[in-house]
Amino acid sequence: MARESLAQILLTTILSGNFVLAMFLGMCPFLGVTHSVSVAFPLGLATTFVIVIASLSAYLLNWVLGLAHLEFLRLICYIVVIASAVQLVEMYVKKHYPPLFRALGIYLPLITTNCAVLGVALFQTARDYDFMQSITFAIGGGVGFTLALTLLASVRERVQLSDVPEAVQGTVLVLMLAGVLSLAFMGFAGLGG
Amino acid sequence: MSESSSLLAPPSTWEEFTEGLWKRNPVFVMVLGMCPTLAVTVSAVNSISMGIATTFVLSASCFLVSAMRKMIPKEVRIATFIVIIATFVTVVDYAVQAISLDLYEALGAYIQLIVANCLVLGRAEAHAARTPPLAATMNAIGMGLGFTLSLVMIGGVREILGAGAFFGIPLFGPHFQPWVVMVLPPGGFFVMAGWLLLFSIVRRRAQMRANAQEAANRAAAETSGACHGA
Repeated sequence: MARESLAQILLTTILSGNFVLAMFLGMCPFLGVTHSVSVAFPLGLATTFVIVIASLSAYLLNWVLGLAHLEFLRLICYIVVIASAVQLVEMYVKKHYPPLFRALGIYLPLITTNCAVLGVALFQTARDYDFMQSITFAIGGGVGFTLALTLLASVRERVQLSDVPEAVQGTVLVLMLAGVLSLAFMGFAGLGG
Repeated sequence: MSESSSLLAPPSTWEEFTEGLWKRNPVFVMVLGMCPTLAVTVSAVNSISMGIATTFVLSASCFLVSAMRKMIPKEVRIATFIVIIATFVTVVDYAVQAISLDLYEALGAYIQLIVANCLVLGRAEAHAARTPPLAATMNAIGMGLGFTLSLVMIGGVREILGAGAFFGIPLFGPHFQPWVVMVLPPGGFFVMAGWLLLFSIVRRRAQMRANAQEAANRAAAETSGACHGA
């Protein structure tokens, strides 16, 4: 695994191994805030930022914990670092983009419990990525997450005005759309190895 | 999440237990903890293991959160909850690794991802932080079992359709053509959507029947009233 090239990792995480559509990471915001593109896209960017920070800190933490032989504390350390990073982003958005802060609501602090963020840290450790590979993996994951969120939001915006049977409305419809999107992304399988 | 029933009268321990099983099923009703629900449900065995692991983490952390609820300062409660949850997840992670390496490899990082399961943090914050330990633990076990049940329901369907087996036992003859897409990611979305659709149809039927019944009663009452008037 360690010999994967950076371009391969980037392509895989954005398309065929998309965090949301293939690995089911970050489902809560995927189902929850994709009502409109104007909310989904910024949330994707904020999550990307947190993912990259999480990946960087996870890499450093692995090194420190490895030195001290405290690997069993890994999970606890990750989650504390991620929670602090999210707090930082939250304060920044609140100060500089108050309308966005209100639109994102509970989903901004919930980035802490977004599997995608923790997932990056765990998967890069499990796959023994080196520093550059980890960063690429994180960026690819973030971009893929933003892409999936934006795509689903645009589809949902279109479906809003169409005549959907009453029983299918709500979560059922979103899940079906996500399934179709996921099918489409499976078409990229094999791309980038 | 409003705890409307607890406002009226404190629910009994049994009610606490059964609440999460079906009436407020975490997956199908509250739509919480979707990541593991969709990711590990490729087979019934994976689903049930994930469900049991989550149930353990959920009940142990809810017990501890509930026992310490008066000691935890309000400002840092989320951080405290997360550290408690992460501790139990680490325990489960090492336990699964010791019990079965195959299972550990099948579930992969998703065991550690229980930390980021909204269900666990959600129940700790919304329920365990406000209830005494016994009730909180019973509720958590019920929720965990409800979670396990729905995982097996999804995993079972996916395994039957996608691999032609249930709990690893082949169901159909050798000529069965597996519907492979069901064990691939899109299948997770479709099976989950299918179950929700089924429930929504059943609920609408029940609603319509209740409405029709009510309308018939009202009509009967009106005609009898009219007769009396005449």
